[in-house]
Amino acid sequence: MNYSSYIALIPLLPLASFAVLGLFGKKYFKNLSGIIGCLVLLTSTLLSLYAAYHYFFVDGKINGSYQTLIPLKYTWLSFSDSLSIDMGIILDPISVMMLVVVTFVSLMVHIFSLGYMKGEERFGTYYSFLSLFTFSMLGLVVASNIFQIYIFWELVGVSSYLLIGFYYDRPSAVAASKKAFIVTRFADLGFLVGILILGFQSETLDFNTLIQRLTDIHSPQLLAIASTSFLGISLLTWALTLVFIGGAGKSAMFPLHIWLPDAMEGPTPVSALIHAATMVVAGVYLVARLFPVFHINEASLHVVTWVGAVSAFLAAVIACTQTDIKRVLAYSTMSQIGYMMFALGVSGYGGENARLTDAVGQGLGYTASMFHLFTHAFFKSLLFLCAGAVIHIVHSNDMKDMGGLRKLMPITSIAFLIACLAIAGIPPFAGFFSKEEILMAAWQNHPAIYYIGLITSGITAFYMFRLYFSIFWNRTPDSQLTTPLAADRVPPSALAVGQGLPKAQHHSEGTLSMKLPLVILAIGTLLVGFIPFSKFISPDGKPFVSEMHLTFSIVPVAIATIGIFIAYRLYFRRSDRPEKLAAALGGLYNAAYRKFYIDEIYLFITKKIIFNLVGKPAAWIDRNIVDGTMNGIAWTTGRISVLIKGVQSGRVQSYALYFFGGIVVLIIVFLYLWK
Amino acid sequence: MSDVPISHILFVSTALFFIGMYGLFTRRNMITMLMAIELILNSVNINFVVFNKYLYPENLDGIFFTIFIITIAAAEAAVAIAIIINLYRSHRSIDVENAGEMKW
Repeated sequence: MNYSSYIALIPLLPLASFAVLGLFGKKYFKNLSGIIGCLVLLTSTLLSLYAAYHYFFVDGKINGSYQTLIPLKYTWLSFSDSLSIDMGIILDPISVMMLVVVTFVSLMVHIFSLGYMKGEERFGTYYSFLSLFTFSMLGLVVASNIFQIYIFWELVGVSSYLLIGFYYDRPSAVAASKKAFIVTRFADLGFLVGILILGFQSETLDFNTLIQRLTDIHSPQLLAIASTSFLGISLLTWALTLVFIGGAGKSAMFPLHIWLPDAMEGPTPVSALIHAATMVVAGVYLVARLFPVFHINEASLHVVTWVGAVSAFLAAVIACTQTDIKRVLAYSTMSQIGYMMFALGVSGYGGENARLTDAVGQGLGYTASMFHLFTHAFFKSLLFLCAGAVIHIVHSNDMKDMGGLRKLMPITSIAFLIACLAIAGIPPFAGFFSKEEILMAAWQNHPAIYYIGLITSGITAFYMFRLYFSIFWNRTPDSQLTTPLAADRVPPSALAVGQGLPKAQHHSEGTLSMKLPLVILAIGTLLVGFIPFSKFISPDGKPFVSEMHLTFSIVPVAIATIGIFIAYRLYFRRSDRPEKLAAALGGLYNAAYRKFYIDEIYLFITKKIIFNLVGKPAAWIDRNIVDGTMNGIAWTTGRISVLIKGVQSGRVQSYALYFFGGIVVLIIVFLYLWK
Repeated sequence: MSDVPISHILFVSTALFFIGMYGLFTRRNMITMLMAIELILNSVNINFVVFNKYLYPENLDGIFFTIFIITIAAAEAAVAIAIIINLYRSHRSIDVENAGEMKW
């Protein structure tokens, strides 16, 4: 069966819908644009589900291992015989899985937005941006060429920028979108340099060829890139680390994570789609895509591991202190992506040169990372959509304004609980299985990382249930119902979200289109954990069996339970315990509340150091030397023209006189001096 | 005819040239200036004819040149008078001093 006939449609359909909605959405079908976006996405989702079925069960597997297929390839820009930028589609287990994740979550968000964004002035524009994002993300996922991935990478960045700044009349949203764009652009610079090094040294930009050349120990390209060193570090390490910096920027890894919490200024469904489930895992996906190359280079893999672990821990600690529910979720996203990163870092590769013979050696970490990516997409988008539903009703992002909402919105409350249990790693919810695999891989390869992961999972359980209890319990429901929120408590940010809603809907759970995605995602969160992921996804394409070790699971589950219990004690009922605890922790609490002053450090570096030491001298040179030269030339010309202006009197006769005088002089010269 | 020495005729043409030159520089009336230019041209014409007659009587080059110059002088006068008429229409004057703004 030829894939190309329909695989290309999966990304191209959203592109078409972007074009149509972007051009005509506002004018011709303002209210229809949501339906159009949903239908297009539904088609894409069905196509990718069919493709996944086809790949995994019909013809992807040859001789017991999953092949990398390239059903479509089109040379776009060719630099030399070997070096070209292609537009192609690559099908391997991870790209097929990502196709499903992206289209599915995007579909859920499209449906949810029907209710959430209803009455929004720029409804059509919103859907066209969503389609643009979906198109770019799908293009990124199926990219067969490292430069193609870069192009879509930037497109994803642009659509993220557009959607974060969707409420462009709010200064904070504008600032957040700028911050996200600049920080990720800065990281992308590393990515680009990494691509150039890799492309130059391996003489190809094609993923398959590149991986093949850089993993074969006899190839001249690997020899060249590994033996050339710059500043004492081999070029391969440089290239991979730079590529990872790009990935870390997109995936909000420490210390490039500062844009993600601010990105929550965008509409909540957007946060669910872009800043939780799909775009932010692009960095993980990139490392996974280049994993065979990463794997032969220990140093860069260590960078991945430690950056992932530090981000996971740091973000979890910060999440405990934040009160904006979307920010808590943002930090938890960062923390979970940290898990995925270090899972890749501690993974084996499998294949013939496996160091260990058990599941870990066969690439358990890699599988676990992809598994966690998959499950995380479900429960994190669910969490965000629930948060969206909550914000929709409460008109505030702050958990201090919430409490006791479980009677008011039962479906949301249950869905949120399921997602919280999943992210905390309580069996049998999805997060449990993937997290156990990650911890297992870490335990076997790198105990220090394991302990970080373990502690982080405890903290995760704590802050997620802090969130859950604060939103849905903590206060008696009656007080919520009898004292509707006073207008002065509604921040302007929430007003924009909910404006245009009919009054009657303010205190109900929202429309069917908002409930349906929650239910579907909650069911997904319950079920996807049972997928035997290692049968489908492994670094070398060979399925292996990963067993669950019940004894191993006891410790993480126990720690998660303790985290939940602490959260229960502190936040289940309204009390002054949290304040007391915060006061007791003092400086530590403050540091975490202020996000460990990382934003301040960035500000210090940019404002004080870069602006003063680089920006100001550069501005001075520009103003005084570059501009000065130009102004000087203009000034000199001006002065000279003033001086000789008098000659141009406008009197024809004096001109004739000068002319005549000149001829006389010439005659004298020719007659007497020119001899 | 041949008893008139060449220097006399050259003296006349030179005198004519400088009279024309003087007129060109001192007159303010454009038509007078045009007439002065005609004087200069005619002095040149005399030179051509004289040199042709006295030095190379077997050739006709100088005479042809003269004829050309007379033709072109006629055309030039036509153009100049057209300009002067237009200037008069816009300025109500043919004084060259009043056309000072034409320098731009």
